Amino acid sequence: MTHDEILAKLHAKFGETFTTSEFRDNRRIIVPAERVYAVLEFLKEQCGFDMLVELGGADYLHYPHATDRYGVWYVLVNTTTGVRLIVKTFTNDPEPTLPSVFALWKGADWMEREVYDMYGVVFDGHPDLRRILLPDEFTAFPLRKDYPMRGRGERHNFPVITRPES
Amino acid sequence: MALAGVSESVMVTQLDKLANWVRKNSLWPMPFATACCGIELMATGASRHDIARFGAEAMRFSPRQCDLMIVAGRIAMKMLPVLQRIWLQMPEPKWCISMGACASSGGVFDTYAVVQGIDRFIPVDVYVPGCPPRPEQLLRSVLDLQEKIQRTGTLMGKEFQEQRLWPHPPRPLAIELPPAEEIVAPGDFTSATRLQADGRP
Amino acid sequence: MPLELADAIALPEGPEREYLWTLNFGPQHPATHTTLRIILTLDGETIVKAVPDIGYLHSGFEKLGEHLDYNQYVTIVDRKNYISPVANEIAWFAAVEKLMGIELTPRCKYLRVIFNELMRIHDHLLCCGAAALDLGGFTAFLYAFNQKEKIYDICERAAGQRFHPSYLRVGGLLADVDDIWIDMVRKFVRDFPKAWNDIVRLLNRNRIFIERTKDIGVLSKEDAINLSCTGPIARASGVVRDLRKDEPYLAYRDFDFKVVCAREGDCYARYLVRMEEMLESCKIIHQAIENLPPGPVNVDANSKVTMPNQLAVYRSIEGLIHHFELIMSNRQWHTPVEEVYAAIESPNGELGYYVIADGSGVAYRTRTRPPSFIHFAVFPYLIVGHQISDVVAVLGSLNIIAAELDR
Ligand code: SF4
Repeated sequence: MTHDEILAKLHAKFGETFTTSEFRDNRRIIVPAERVYAVLEFLKEQCGFDMLVELGGADYLHYPHATDRYGVWYVLVNTTTGVRLIVKTFTNDPEPTLPSVFALWKGADWMEREVYDMYGVVFDGHPDLRRILLPDEFTAFPLRKDYPMRGRGERHNFPVITRPES
Repeated sequence: MALAGVSESVMVTQLDKLANWVRKNSLWPMPFATACCGIELMATGASRHDIARFGAEAMRFSPRQCDLMIVAGRIAMKMLPVLQRIWLQMPEPKWCISMGACASSGGVFDTYAVVQGIDRFIPVDVYVPGCPPRPEQLLRSVLDLQEKIQRTGTLMGKEFQEQRLWPHPPRPLAIELPPAEEIVAPGDFTSATRLQADGRP
Repeated sequence: MPLELADAIALPEGPEREYLWTLNFGPQHPATHTTLRIILTLDGETIVKAVPDIGYLHSGFEKLGEHLDYNQYVTIVDRKNYISPVANEIAWFAAVEKLMGIELTPRCKYLRVIFNELMRIHDHLLCCGAAALDLGGFTAFLYAFNQKEKIYDICERAAGQRFHPSYLRVGGLLADVDDIWIDMVRKFVRDFPKAWNDIVRLLNRNRIFIERTKDIGVLSKEDAINLSCTGPIARASGVVRDLRKDEPYLAYRDFDFKVVCAREGDCYARYLVRMEEMLESCKIIHQAIENLPPGPVNVDANSKVTMPNQLAVYRSIEGLIHHFELIMSNRQWHTPVEEVYAAIESPNGELGYYVIADGSGVAYRTRTRPPSFIHFAVFPYLIVGHQISDVVAVLGSLNIIAAELDR
């Protein structure tokens, strides 16, 4: 199944609720957050995208001409034909929320936790949404653009052990 | 336990020398290998470089059996409490080699999550520069440490105690706020890479 | 994660519960190679549940990518999967060059292929050697390290650094290779099968090694796909997928090689796939080095994406201006305001970069698709029902690199 056939199928099912774009060999469809689960489910069940290769997020705070703050992308692959498709969606403050796709691809588990850890995007329906890379006590979301690269001093906040004490 | 005709201090210095000689030639490293430097540490232990020539090949992964901690690799915020705990678990006398730029100063990782040098939080004896240091450099640092032990070591570990004469005031936890403006990358100092206090460029 | 929290995550209910133990594994444990932690719930020696806890090496790689320009970031990328540094660079520049629309010169493509395959051998050697070391076979590890040192020497000759070469640049390489380097690679290709044979003779029919890896940690084909596995781990479970064949990047179309697959999906199959892949890589290197095209390694300096050579900078005003334009951080590359995802087949699996550019010389967002991270998420599924001693075997066969895991 080529990209055009997939897009035709999607149009037949979802009408004009999504937009498409293309850059080099990346084919993308941009879906509003409330439709994203339905679209992904359709892609998995009907179009044979059985592998979720990558799930990541970005903060578009200072991005030129950006209208939404958080973007999340899903790179899908059909392992029999090798076709790739990128599904993108956006969400916004104050409570960025997206549906979890754990029920479709178990591989999404940690990738969603990482996006939550880095951006604070909550994935509804995720079975175990905790911080994954940073300590549980950490309060900020470090990959947001309003968080300074050197942190807010968390890295200096430890007791000192001197020679005689040890 | 002075011998007849020999003052007590002579005996002690001779014993010190003996203890130092014994200690320095059988350092048992605890490889605290977290990142890339750890692989170079493995290479130092493997056949071509062979750290056994300097009596330090008995790598033990239990801190209770070691007297030399080699911190190889960057220490992240989440890892530092583990490092401190392991350091406290090692029996005296103990030494610490900070291997690589990251362990010594944070190296290229001047980011929110990496501790900027382990010497801020635990004592360090020898620093090895390099990213990663070549195995030869690590061997050199072991030799340096041996020299240090021979020169300064005492039987009862007085050199570790001495600082008690000048007790440290209790240190508050350091909370470092970023300066109002900071430069994060080399290059254009006027616009492109400067951050404001709230992190906006 | 505190132990109490790990206990609380959906522990089996009922009278069984009283008999379960909690065992903390890591973060400082010899078999974890670097730093990762697993909290195991045990029934006697059998593992009922495993909760991985990672992040002990989280160093903000992706945040750094938003502050360093496309060439500078290569030093950071190197340190992600430090067992196969150049493969990371190739993936990063695959994304950057796709973003900028640069077509490489044939010589550069071939050299990158050679490096990619050298790194594959390097990575698999360490993985197989260390897996054997963890299971008690010290000699295989020493043999593997001996060959690794030779690959280090090759990197050092080309780039000047043995461990983190930082050899690639946008649109080309740091420098061309010389004849001595070519001879070194030829010699390596000639000698490697013999060393490979030594390791195989030690391990493949070794009773202990087989007993400890066969039927341990079985991953079925459906699970492998559903859990996003790629690379040797997926191939050992029967997923025939290799980006070198499926989406040929660089010059992989020109070479004749096989994709190694297995059906069993256990630790032994993963080990065998890795071993066989080394020979295939050796074949590719042999073909590439014998047919190395002549010509420049960098794209034309007039395209304003690569650094002009030193002579041009010192002797001509155009060269000086090109250099200045690329170095000054308010000029640099003119990228489209776009996003791009590009992936290569790294030794560990699909290594991809999702780069968002905002038109300046510094990426707006660099996201890595780290194979180790995704493969470690599989671990809890693989280990349940096995014994404690199998943890080491499964970890060794997954080849988790902590720096790539945590970034
Ligand atoms: S000093 Fe360099 S080689 Fe060592 S851990 Fe840091 S980045 Fe890795």
